[in-house]
Amino acid sequence: MTDIFAFWRWEYLWEDRMLFVDAFIVTVELAVGGLILALILGFAVGIASTLPSRIVRAVTRVYVELFRNIPLTLQVMFFYYGCIYGGIPISTRTVGIVGLGVCSGAFIAEIVRGGLNAVPKGQYEAAASQGLNYFQTMRKIILPQTIRIILPPLGTQLSWLILDTSVLSVIAGGDLLYVTKNWASNGTLSYGPAYLVCGIIFFIICYPITRTARKYEEKLKITRGGQG
Amino acid sequence: MSEEKYMIRLKDVNKSFGDLHVLKDVNLDVRPGEKLVIIGPSGSGKSTTIRCMNFLERPTSGEVWINGELLTHKNRTRIIRENISMVFQQFNLYPHMTVLKNLTMAPVMLKLMSKEEAEKTAYEYLDLVGLRNKADAYPGMLSGGQQQRVAIARALCMKSKIILFDEPTSALDPEMVQEVLDVMIRLSKENITMVVVTHEMGFAREVADRIIFMDDGRIEEEGTPEHFFQNAQNKRTREFLSKIL
Repeated sequence: MTDIFAFWRWEYLWEDRMLFVDAFIVTVELAVGGLILALILGFAVGIASTLPSRIVRAVTRVYVELFRNIPLTLQVMFFYYGCIYGGIPISTRTVGIVGLGVCSGAFIAEIVRGGLNAVPKGQYEAAASQGLNYFQTMRKIILPQTIRIILPPLGTQLSWLILDTSVLSVIAGGDLLYVTKNWASNGTLSYGPAYLVCGIIFFIICYPITRTARKYEEKLKITRGGQG
Repeated sequence: MSEEKYMIRLKDVNKSFGDLHVLKDVNLDVRPGEKLVIIGPSGSGKSTTIRCMNFLERPTSGEVWINGELLTHKNRTRIIRENISMVFQQFNLYPHMTVLKNLTMAPVMLKLMSKEEAEKTAYEYLDLVGLRNKADAYPGMLSGGQQQRVAIARALCMKSKIILFDEPTSALDPEMVQEVLDVMIRLSKENITMVVVTHEMGFAREVADRIIFMDDGRIEEEGTPEHFFQNAQNKRTREFLSKIL
């Protein structure tokens, strides 16, 4: 146990550093792809959940509750093995992006819904009193205010999404955690440096995001004085 | 019925919120250029009445006619755009836009004016309400009275024939009420149809062509300011006036 962080283990790690760089790139790709999908889904579903139609709202509820209340790991396995057994050739990368995007989209939908509800009713009325239609109202009046409100929780969600790429390791996703685990359990068993570095990399990406989100939130509290 | 005779016509308008019957067979004509003041105790349906005029509330039954056209769910954005603006109790300025943008956004987006034209118009009306120097400020930086004056300028920038005022001074600190009323008095000299829900009797006396008194969802009495302040007939009207005068 004493040599778990032995110097030679670090040397091995350094030699194979490109493996980790590649895995890091995969993780970033998964996160970016997942984020784009999650934002599209999240905004679409979040806006739909404020529409008057009961059927539309029910559908959004089912989506949100389903994907928020089942572990992401399980969702990814369902999706991956479902496709494999269904004879649909699918790459782990696609599974990762879709899995992360759909799941994170459910959380973002809730954030968007909350943000939309936080915009005072008077804003809709002011827009209606000026003859703006629904789309003009959303685009010019409601969404710009919503985005300001939801930026901090969206930042937190983004960092969750990055951390959640590690879930892909259960289907050999080529992500940072998977590569780390593989590298460590092959041959030299240098778990110590490998997991430490993996953790540091995640921290270095996510900490600035959550910190920026928090700072922005503080700023918002100060500048949002009188509600117009 | 001749179309020129009225700008707004409410015909047998009823409005219910669930079991609550707020408006009961309201019939009302407002002539072009008329200054109509609606008074009455809270819960009497006066705000609901004015909000039916631009379909912020859809009547449960009855008809709303604006400038010769029947207002429907389908044509409401067009008819509003062409005819009606509104000033709210809570101002409802757009907090993410500067004052100037608050004034020009809708006219430009709805293609009522070019951007240059809209800005020129905006500055004219900011002059009218005495806030030209606040053009680049955000609403959150202004006092309540200033915000409401901006809201009036915003309504004016739509060049509407009708402006609805829904208790425009009720959310203001007392010392700011007069600056807003002064702007509205100035406006009343123009040929704009004004419908004003208010408790400001001094304003009503000075500006109104006609006052209607509402109680329990009905129009109980109507007449000129002289009629109201000298020989109101209805017992409820007299009670109400004695409380607030």
